[in-house]
Amino acid sequence: MTGLTVKGMVAGYGADPVLRGLDLAVPDGGLAAVLGPSGCGKTTLLRVIAGLHPLWEGRIELDGRVLAGDGVHVQPERRGIGIVPQEGALFPHLSVAGNVAFGLSREQRRNGRVDELLELVGLAGFGRRMPAELSGGQQQRVSLARALAPGPAMVLLDEPFSSLDAGLRDALRADVRAVLRATGATALLVTHDQEEALGVADLVAVLRDGVVAQLGTPQQVYGTPADLGVALFVGEAVTFPGSCRDGIVDTPLGRLPANGRGSGTVLVRPEQIHLNGGSGIAATVTDVLFHGHDATVLLRLAGGGAVRSRVQGPVPARPGDDVTLTVRGPALFFPGA
Amino acid sequence: MLSAAAALIPLGYLAVRSFEHGAGTVWRVLWRDRTVELAARSLALAGAVTAACLVLGVLAAWLVVRSDLPARRPVAVLLVLPLAVPSYVSGFTWIAEWPVLAGFSGAFLVLTLVSFPYVLLPVAAALRAADPGVEEVARSLGKTSWQTFLVVTLRQVRPAATAGGLLVALYVLSDFGAVSLMRYEAFTMGIYTSYRATFDRTPAAILGCVLVVLAIALTIGERRARGAAAVRSSRGAPRTAAVVPLRRARIPAVLGVLGLITVSLGVPVYSLVRWLVIGSSAGIDMAGLVSAATGTVTVSALGALLTVLMAIPIGILAARHRGPVVRGVELASFAGHALPGITIGLALVFFGIRLAPALYQTTPMLAFAYAVLFLPLAVGAVRTGVSNAPPVLEDVSRSLGKGRAATQLLVTLPLAAPSIVAGAALVFLTCAKELPATLLLRPTEVDTLATELWSKTEGAAFAAAAPYAAVLLVVAALPALLLDRFLHTRGLP
Repeated sequence: MTGLTVKGMVAGYGADPVLRGLDLAVPDGGLAAVLGPSGCGKTTLLRVIAGLHPLWEGRIELDGRVLAGDGVHVQPERRGIGIVPQEGALFPHLSVAGNVAFGLSREQRRNGRVDELLELVGLAGFGRRMPAELSGGQQQRVSLARALAPGPAMVLLDEPFSSLDAGLRDALRADVRAVLRATGATALLVTHDQEEALGVADLVAVLRDGVVAQLGTPQQVYGTPADLGVALFVGEAVTFPGSCRDGIVDTPLGRLPANGRGSGTVLVRPEQIHLNGGSGIAATVTDVLFHGHDATVLLRLAGGGAVRSRVQGPVPARPGDDVTLTVRGPALFFPGA
Repeated sequence: MLSAAAALIPLGYLAVRSFEHGAGTVWRVLWRDRTVELAARSLALAGAVTAACLVLGVLAAWLVVRSDLPARRPVAVLLVLPLAVPSYVSGFTWIAEWPVLAGFSGAFLVLTLVSFPYVLLPVAAALRAADPGVEEVARSLGKTSWQTFLVVTLRQVRPAATAGGLLVALYVLSDFGAVSLMRYEAFTMGIYTSYRATFDRTPAAILGCVLVVLAIALTIGERRARGAAAVRSSRGAPRTAAVVPLRRARIPAVLGVLGLITVSLGVPVYSLVRWLVIGSSAGIDMAGLVSAATGTVTVSALGALLTVLMAIPIGILAARHRGPVVRGVELASFAGHALPGITIGLALVFFGIRLAPALYQTTPMLAFAYAVLFLPLAVGAVRTGVSNAPPVLEDVSRSLGKGRAATQLLVTLPLAAPSIVAGAALVFLTCAKELPATLLLRPTEVDTLATELWSKTEGAAFAAAAPYAAVLLVVAALPALLLDRFLHTRGLP
């Protein structure tokens, strides 16, 4: 099936385009995340797809139907696209049931669709509450139920988890994923949080300077980034200048396998760098940042330069300790930069 | 658009009238020394009253919303009630007790006392909605509570205060009752005397035009001074601000508030009660009183309804869109407010006789006159309510399959409803107080409290007039109470 297709999208404010020829495709029933720094046009992208902001150039299609472009502009209420705004944006004057029923016909309301959806998002029995009586996570769940109620072909989620605390965020993320799967709606989520984008979506689009810099599975985007910028944005990295010959780069961390040729930038993920007492590169621990489930160890190399390592479980070193480092797996190499 | 166009009908009449005898007459009337003098007097009065109302209104609003003033709820009600006192009733009581007040001081006193709630109400609402977090940050950065009030709180209420100030200034420019009783020669007096002096209505119309220009200038000035609307920048659920202890300022604050209530409400009520006692010996015409009260409630309710219906589209436009057209529409709706009721009345008499004789001296025509006069009150209320409704909710509604009109009906208006109801209450009580347009346009068989009061006082039958004044106060006080309730129950996030 076709799902969402965006071709050459140009849109913006005043005379300045924020989106400059953006291409994006999300297969039917897929869950895609648009990842980009704050203010890069993510919300504008959602608003243009929803029909709430004019498309200057380009074309938007959903399941083969042209929504905008070629002189067509389908009104937002006729697109069949549900939105879940930041912080839920529930109607404060309506109860939970009233919010979920807002987009339903009289008949659908009577057929128990509201209860069905509240159950789906895990809020059965909450129908009579008012939005102000709900926690942030519950408001987001109601907002999702409200968007899904009329059975939209697509749902747009704008940073839906950013205002929640960490524990709640993980639980809600998994639930939202399950609910979207269950309804079969195509979904597009925008976020500035790499972990969220990589963790929740089937497909990640990295947005930069108004265009999609890379579109791929989370594994592709993280493991084989299109360029150095994408690589740095999707995760922590240690970089060195270096040159690549015959599948090998020379770095202060030793000779590492890599693809490419010529001079450029070598990139290693902190989780590839391991601390052990055996043979390897000599370094001194300068600081340890403890995160609970893992820790980042800041290191100064004996040969000069600083690197960071991500360590699972108990940290085997304290600041001032001398350690040796080994790198597992290949390095990434980006020529030219 | 249509609403604004309707509001412009009287302006059209004025312009037509003014140029009836050619541009030469217009210039002659305009550059008479007297015209300039009248304008200066009106502006001086408007400036002084507005300044006094801003000070009184902001301080009183802060005291009843944010301080630990004792009995804040009842005090707030008593502070809103002077809105229900017509300026001619207040003026009459003051001049009857203290004739020395005649002139600028009397007009200043009376107008300040009846119009400071125009500032108090919006400022109190803004204070309630303001983000207390910003004030707490100011305190934590070493500002005293007084400095915080000056630097942070005043900024937060500035849009509300300037909007209220504009209403006061326009009200003063157009007031006729207080200035005529205090014999202060303001612009409206000039219009009235020039209207009475000759049968030629042209000079009166030209002077009316000047008043409209002054009103437009004030409205533009207010837009400049309003500054950026105080939008909450932080996220998360809004909290109610902590009460600020007054400590040593408590006793002066209590005395000040009591004094304000005494002069604004106590004096007119005391004076009325005295006349009532004198008059009760002569017997009260109960049937007349009841029919006048019914008349007032009927025409005022219709007037309030029509005004709000006309204000809703303008208010939504003003809150949601920018641009010269929208500003023009909003300005047009404000123009009517600066016109004295007598001018609007005459304009509609002219319009009615020539173009709509079937409507002349009917209740719908009177309701329309009220709508033209008091549209700004309702537009302001609608605008405030709509701007408090987050636009993202309208986006959500659109995405759920509701069109533009359905969205406004199901989302925007319910969210703005408390504000709109408050606006309707304000218009209702203002209609109940209105005199000159009512005199000219009411259906012949309908008497209202205001017209009866006027005809009795014209014959110096103060004792006979007192019951009408008392009932009028009560009728106007009911919506004022509603306004206060609205301020306290406004629980929208």
